[in-house]
Amino acid sequence: MRGGPAHTLPKDPLMATARRRANRLTPYLFVAPALLVLAVGLLYPIGYMVWASFLDWSPSQRIGEAEFVGMRNYVGLLGDASFQESVRVTLVFAAAVVSIEMVLGVGLALLLDRQIRGMSLLRTVFILPMMIAPIVVGLIWRYMYHPSVGVFNRTLESWGLEPIPWLSSPDWALASVIIADVWQWTPFVFILSLAALQSLPRSALEAARVDGASEWQQVWHIKLPLMLPVLIVTALLRLIDAFKVLEVILVMTNGGPGLSTEIVSLRIQRTVAEFRQLGTGAAMSIYLLLIVLVLTVAMFLFGKWREGRDARVRARAAEAEAA
Amino acid sequence: MTDQATGPGRARPAAPPAAPPAGVPVRAEDAPVAPPRRRRREAGPVFYVIIALLVMMALGPILLMVTTSLKLQVDIVSSAPGLLFAPTLQNYETVLCDVLWYEPEHVRFCDPTFSRALGNSLIVATVSTVLTLLIGTMAAYAIVRFRFMGRDAVSLGTLLMRMVPPAVLLVPIFGIWTFQYGLNDTYAGIVLVYVAMNLPFVIWILQSFISQVPMPLEEAARMDGANPWQVFLLVVLPLIKPGLAAAAIFTFRIAWNEFILANVLLGRNTRTVPVTIVNSLTEHNIDWGVIMATGMLLAVPPVIFTLLASRQIITGMTAGAVKG
Repeated sequence: MRGGPAHTLPKDPLMATARRRANRLTPYLFVAPALLVLAVGLLYPIGYMVWASFLDWSPSQRIGEAEFVGMRNYVGLLGDASFQESVRVTLVFAAAVVSIEMVLGVGLALLLDRQIRGMSLLRTVFILPMMIAPIVVGLIWRYMYHPSVGVFNRTLESWGLEPIPWLSSPDWALASVIIADVWQWTPFVFILSLAALQSLPRSALEAARVDGASEWQQVWHIKLPLMLPVLIVTALLRLIDAFKVLEVILVMTNGGPGLSTEIVSLRIQRTVAEFRQLGTGAAMSIYLLLIVLVLTVAMFLFGKWREGRDARVRARAAEAEAA
Repeated sequence: MTDQATGPGRARPAAPPAAPPAGVPVRAEDAPVAPPRRRRREAGPVFYVIIALLVMMALGPILLMVTTSLKLQVDIVSSAPGLLFAPTLQNYETVLCDVLWYEPEHVRFCDPTFSRALGNSLIVATVSTVLTLLIGTMAAYAIVRFRFMGRDAVSLGTLLMRMVPPAVLLVPIFGIWTFQYGLNDTYAGIVLVYVAMNLPFVIWILQSFISQVPMPLEEAARMDGANPWQVFLLVVLPLIKPGLAAAAIFTFRIAWNEFILANVLLGRNTRTVPVTIVNSLTEHNIDWGVIMATGMLLAVPPVIFTLLASRQIITGMTAGAVKG
């Protein structure tokens, strides 16, 4: 009945309106499955979690049977030393990996900004660590850190040095975990900053060189400021991802020894799976979300502010030159 | 680390003398001395040494996994140098004993856990990928072509979704999937999670590809009497293949690698590979050879994708970083 070939339509006004109506519905039909899945699989669960964070709820109960306790989960967590420790560990971990990876990645990009033969092959090699399952990355590093069969302690031993308790001492464990993350994600920063560097306007660099700027001056006053927008977004992406790390640490240390590597994500997992306190776990999740949100927004605004300031400085310099 | 620290100092002499010493003004008459129109500095040998070191650092741990998976426990524990050993496939045979067409001699008791998990992982990751692409492409098309919802809304949604740590979804997914949907311990349950998790990103990346499809092409098809579905399937889809590839790789990778949600949602018979790996980890007496072989099998599909489509992967990873 519906939708004959287009050239027959003008002869039949009724068919035309029917067809037009069908066309008007099409966008809704196209979007409907996505909206449905997102509502059922994402929005509802997140709303549900907000509700659950006000409940005293154990996994054996249906949510309707759980007792409403108001803000008790939130207040309780504020005074909970283990939770505070996990927040501290998370912040230290995120700050350390983002700053180390940014310095190393950008530094390497500045150093290696040449005409590279086989750059695409190199990029492929560098993204391998990011593509492999975090579980496997954790496995590899746990093996390398192994006190007796691990490659690090074997090497130290063959040099006649004391072995290091990489994962078994609370002083070393967090550093070891950070090293693994740096290995996995520095290439990300490197690839992005190299791309940014190679797309800089040649004229600015040429002008600086003609004016006699040294290598360092070029880096500090031209390259880095021009790369800034990309660098800020890169750091932002890394920061967000640093809060999502879970499996690598789970496999390497499972949060130990003690609480030395127990990031908030791991704490949530243990609260839910081991301590069976779903309400507390939900409240922790909300806290974690808030921390990520605040940091992301803060960093985003800082980036905008820096960009705006640089633009003003440049505009003023141009004005001064014109005058 | 020390190699990198000494890098800049040693690399300097290798660089061509493009930059004059600081403070020395360069006059026009000096210009012809410098090689004309050098666009980018050439790379010297020291530079390639640094690159080689970096490649070794990136690949070393992965190669270590490969060699360990080919070693017997005896060779792993022995103090002989790491590369002197007789490679063997025994670990792989142990892991895959259930699906092999022959019975490996050294396997006394065949544990079917892993081969079952491998099947589960394949089903879950493939179905999630296909569904996400299907639903995501349709939505992205509607958003671009019918100006349905703002594109800003999609970007914002993608960014917000990217911010949510998976651990945060643990409580609600456990509660809802078990008590309300009754989907715990089913493929459908975990597939729903993965599709929902990946949709914002997939819609976001696909809409940027779709908006590059020239409108006149679609209009021409419509003039020839194609309905919106035909336009979508026969004109738009073939043109956005690179975007589809990037989206597919990302969805597949997440569904294939994901552990924490699969861990709470899936039971004995539906477990995926990451869950079985973590379950088989014990405090002591880990059979490193076998577990590395398992890890290798889990790592192979993402590695293949990387070798085939590193460009698309980088597009996906940097989505948002390059274009606003």
